[in-house]
Parts: sequence; structure tokens; C-alpha cells
Amino acid sequence: MNSILAMPVVFPLFIGIIMLFFWKHRSIQRIINALGSTITLVLAIYLTWYVKTSGIQCLYIGAWKAPFGIIFTADLLTMTMILVSAIIGFATSIYSLGTMDETREHFGYYPLLQIMIMGINGSFMTGDLFNMFVWFEVLLISSFSLVALGGKRSQLEGAIKYVILNLLSSSLFVVGVGILYGITGGLNMADLARKIPMLPNKGIVNVMAMFFLVSFGIKAAIFPLFFWLPASYHTPPAAVSAIFAGMLTKVGVYALFRVFTLIFVTDVAFTHTIIIIIAMLTMLSGVLGAASQMEFRRILSFHIISQIGYMILGLGLMTPLGIAGGVFYIFHHIIVKTNLFFVSGVVNELKGTYLLKKLGGVLKLYPLLGLLFLIPALSLGGVPPLSGFWAKYTVAVAAVEKGEYLALAVSLFVGLLTLFSMIKIWNEVFWKEQKAEFAAEQQTLRQLPKFKIAMMFAPIIFLAAITLFIGLNPEPFLNYANEAAHQLLNPSIYINAVLGGAQ
Amino acid sequence: MEFVLAIIVGILATSAFYLMLRRSLVKVILGMVFLGNAVNLTIFSVARVTKGLAAFIPENASTLEGTYADPLPQALILTAIVIGFGTQAFAIALFRKAFQKVGDDDLDKMNSTDIMCNEDIPGDK
Repeated sequence: MNSILAMPVVFPLFIGIIMLFFWKHRSIQRIINALGSTITLVLAIYLTWYVKTSGIQCLYIGAWKAPFGIIFTADLLTMTMILVSAIIGFATSIYSLGTMDETREHFGYYPLLQIMIMGINGSFMTGDLFNMFVWFEVLLISSFSLVALGGKRSQLEGAIKYVILNLLSSSLFVVGVGILYGITGGLNMADLARKIPMLPNKGIVNVMAMFFLVSFGIKAAIFPLFFWLPASYHTPPAAVSAIFAGMLTKVGVYALFRVFTLIFVTDVAFTHTIIIIIAMLTMLSGVLGAASQMEFRRILSFHIISQIGYMILGLGLMTPLGIAGGVFYIFHHIIVKTNLFFVSGVVNELKGTYLLKKLGGVLKLYPLLGLLFLIPALSLGGVPPLSGFWAKYTVAVAAVEKGEYLALAVSLFVGLLTLFSMIKIWNEVFWKEQKAEFAAEQQTLRQLPKFKIAMMFAPIIFLAAITLFIGLNPEPFLNYANEAAHQLLNPSIYINAVLGGAQ
Repeated sequence: MEFVLAIIVGILATSAFYLMLRRSLVKVILGMVFLGNAVNLTIFSVARVTKGLAAFIPENASTLEGTYADPLPQALILTAIVIGFGTQAFAIALFRKAFQKVGDDDLDKMNSTDIMCNEDIPGDK
């Protein structure tokens, strides 16, 4: 029965392979991709409901017993990530129909997209550390191709930085996994969680924890390791950078949440204090970096970094409310950030540029677009009653409860500066008059085909509606996050589900 | 034997990081290859190195006696080698394309996404 757990991984692969059979038929690929990601979304909603009602589920691949074979495990954190990745995959597929250029579609954009989603879902699902490395590589190699697809100079330069640093991070990850296997004799995460407290040598566990912090930290773009992100995320087309901005760094954050709540919990005073300090520095450096930028997507890229800080802060606090805040933050942030990149893509379609100095006057022509920008932008800044307010509020309350007043001060200050950056975009792109010398290249919305307009705006409205819905009705989401935090903070639930229920 | 392996891993990793910090793209890719080998050898030595002992359970016995090398990390290395080969092949193709586009293999000439962030990058249109 539990083989349905493999569906979020197998189904995108299936769609990807089907699309490869229609390599020369662009329109068939578009239809299959849109239909396929809709089905993935339905599957993810069903699976989330299933795991929510019947507890942690495991799939023992090949029916090998738990510590020996590869397993897929779905707890509430996993399902949050699977659900949100399905939402973003769906929205991006629709958005791509409107904005992706023909050349990229001819060179396998849609299959790559689906394979990347497979890799993302696989890394969420797996309950085995080495298997997680393999899934990381699956998603990395397809994201490498996506970021370089098109071969513009900026894309290639961004891709080089992205590729080198991510391969370095993978190498560190494998070393960590190898040594961890050497000292414990296990790769299964539940098995590791059981064995590590029994190790006589606590020092090496902390060293391993740092290996994982650095390697996942590069992927999650935390404080000293984020430089690849603003160098590469603004170079590919808007649809690609939107799904990157939403999902890819969050795979690293998910991995951090997983290992630092399940495996490396023997010396919380050491590891999680480091995480809190890194979180504060990440927030500050991201938001200050954004303040100095004058390019639409680069500002948003730097804000990914500062927002990662909030999630990591929730993890570092290691209290039920902190973890719940972190989980809630991830969910809210992915939706909001993807939406902002979508909006930037629409502005680029209309005005032909992302540079703030060349943009202007969008609000006067397209008030609806202005509104659709404001919803995610203010949510990112944490203005009530939007989703970002509840996320920031939860993390802030958790910081107060733990007595981390410095972290609280930093997070509030960073919230203010986030708002500043969003208002800068608002002023420059939407409000100010566009300078006449830059107005020549632009096209009006009416010149675009109706289908294209619909496909561009539908996902933006869809994600904005989710943001509003979470903002006006946060209680079920917070309850869900609390349950997820309860599972994360009591690793015995996870361990029993994986090892106790072995067939 | 582990001692020799440890020294080799150290030399490989040092050279790898030295090469990756150079500005030439060719040296960066060589550094990535070296680092991959250092990583694989690390995992290899983690599993203990034994000579002339295969990890087969003899007939009439249910467990292995004596010290023997754990075969699982060797399987992990096989996976890591294959994956590393794929990513390195991709990186070489990417670097070649970037070299053609930029006309130089100096990484210092490839910082337009960072320093020219408020301008249009030439060669993009």
C-alpha cells in the first residue's frame, strides 16, 4: 500500500521520460508537462492528507529491512516540502507555458524541469543519508543544465560559480557520510539517530556535524557560503529562477532541519548555538546585500539569503515553537519568493529589462500587476495580515521564550530592512515615471497574445491567493507546523516508525 | 596501509584546493577531479583496508571471522565515482562553452554577473 509514497518521485520521472519521446514536438511536451504537474499536485495533496491522518509512513524499497535497505520516509516535515514543491512545480509549469522561449523548449526544458522536481522530491523523501546524496546529484545535474540552458554569457558565468560550489558541497557531504558510516556502521537516518548517542567519542560527532553544516549550508546559502546564489540566480529566464529561488535552497534547509533535529542532537549547546549565530549573520548579510542592489532579481536573490536566516534561527532555537516557526516559514517563504520572481518576469516581458534605473511607471499602466506584486512583497516584509507576519511573529516569539534577545532584535531589524528593499522596488519599478530614453523597447500588454497573458498571470494569482489564505487563516497551518515540530523534537517517534515497524 | 592512504588523501586534497583557487578554468576542473579522488579514497580507508581477504562468509558459518574490509563503502565509492564522472563531464562541457563565449579562461574575466549587476551585460542579447 505504501508504494504510493514513491509516486512524488516516480511520477515526475515518468512524465520526463514520456516527454523525451516527443523531443521534436514542442506543443505535446507543453501539454504533457502541464497535465503531469497537475496530477503531481493532486497526488501530493492526497499524500499529505494521508500522512497527516495516519502518522509517519515508510516504504522499504525491495522489502529490505530498515537499517539495511534504502527507505522512503514521510513525516509531516517531508510532506510539507513535497506539497509545496508540487505547488511550485505546478505554478512554474503553467508560467513556463506563457514565458519560456521556443529555443529552450526545443532543447529539453520541460524534461529537465520534471527530472529536477524528481530529484527535489527524492531528497525530501529518502530516509537514508547516502541516498540523499544521490538525490542531491540528480537535482543538481538537472539544475546545472537548466541554469546554463540558453547559453547567454551571464548564464554561463553564473553557472560556473553555481556548479563549482555545489560540487564542492557534494564532496564534503560524501566525506561526512563516509566517516559517519565508519564510526557508526549505519547510513539509515533513524539508525544513526539511535546509534550516535551511544558513541564513546563525542568530539568526532561534533566534527561530523560541522561537515554537514558546511555542506548543507552551501546548498542552503547560509552566511559565509552564499556567494554563488546572487551570482547565478538572476541569470536564467524568470520561470527557472523562480523555481530555483523557491525550491533549491530549501532542499538544503530541509536537510539541515532533518539532520540537526534527528542525528546531531547530542550536543545542542555547541551545534545549535553556532546555528543561531550563523542565522543572525545570514539575515544581516542578506538584507544589507539587497539594500545595495539595483537589479530586480538580484534584490530578490539577496532576500532569499536573509530569509534563510529566519528558518535557520527557528532550527537553532530548538524549541517546539521555534521549529514550528521554521517549518511555517519555509512553507510561506517558498510560495512568496517564487511569486515575486514570477512578477519580475512579467515586468521583464513588458519592459524588456530587470534594471531598476530603466524601469518605471508600471503601476499607472497595470494596476493589477502592482497589487499582485504588493501581496507577496509585503508578506515578505512581514506586514500583517499576510503570511509573512505570522511566520516572523512565531519565530520572534520563540526567540523571546528562549531568551535570545539579540536574535530577536536582529530579526526585527532585518524585517524592517526587507520592507525597505521591497518599497525600493515598488518606488523604482511601479511608482516613478519611466525615463523617456528607456521607454522605446517596451511593449504593452495588449500586444501580447491572450493565451500568454493568461498563462503568465494565472500562477501569480494562484500563489498570491495562497499567501492571502495563509495570512487570513493561519491557524490550521500553525497547528500543522506545531505537529511537525512535535515529530521533529521527539526523534523516538521517527525512529520507532522506521525501525519498529520493519516488515 | 591506512597511513599511506591518509597521506595520499592529504596530498590530493591540498592540490585540489590549490588548483580550485587558481584563476584558470582548466585548473579548476583538474582540482575538482582531484577532490573527487580524495573523497573516494577517504571513504575507502574508512572501511578498513585488508589484504587477501574477501568479505565472503565461508560455508558452514553464519558470520565472518577476523578482520575484514567492509564492502559497503566500496559500493558507495562506485556510486560516487559514477556520479562524479557525470558531473565532471558536464562541468568540462560548460567550461568549454563559457570559454568560447567569454574568449578567455581567466575566472577574473567572468565576474560580470557580480560587478556589472546594474548594467546590461555585453554578449547577453
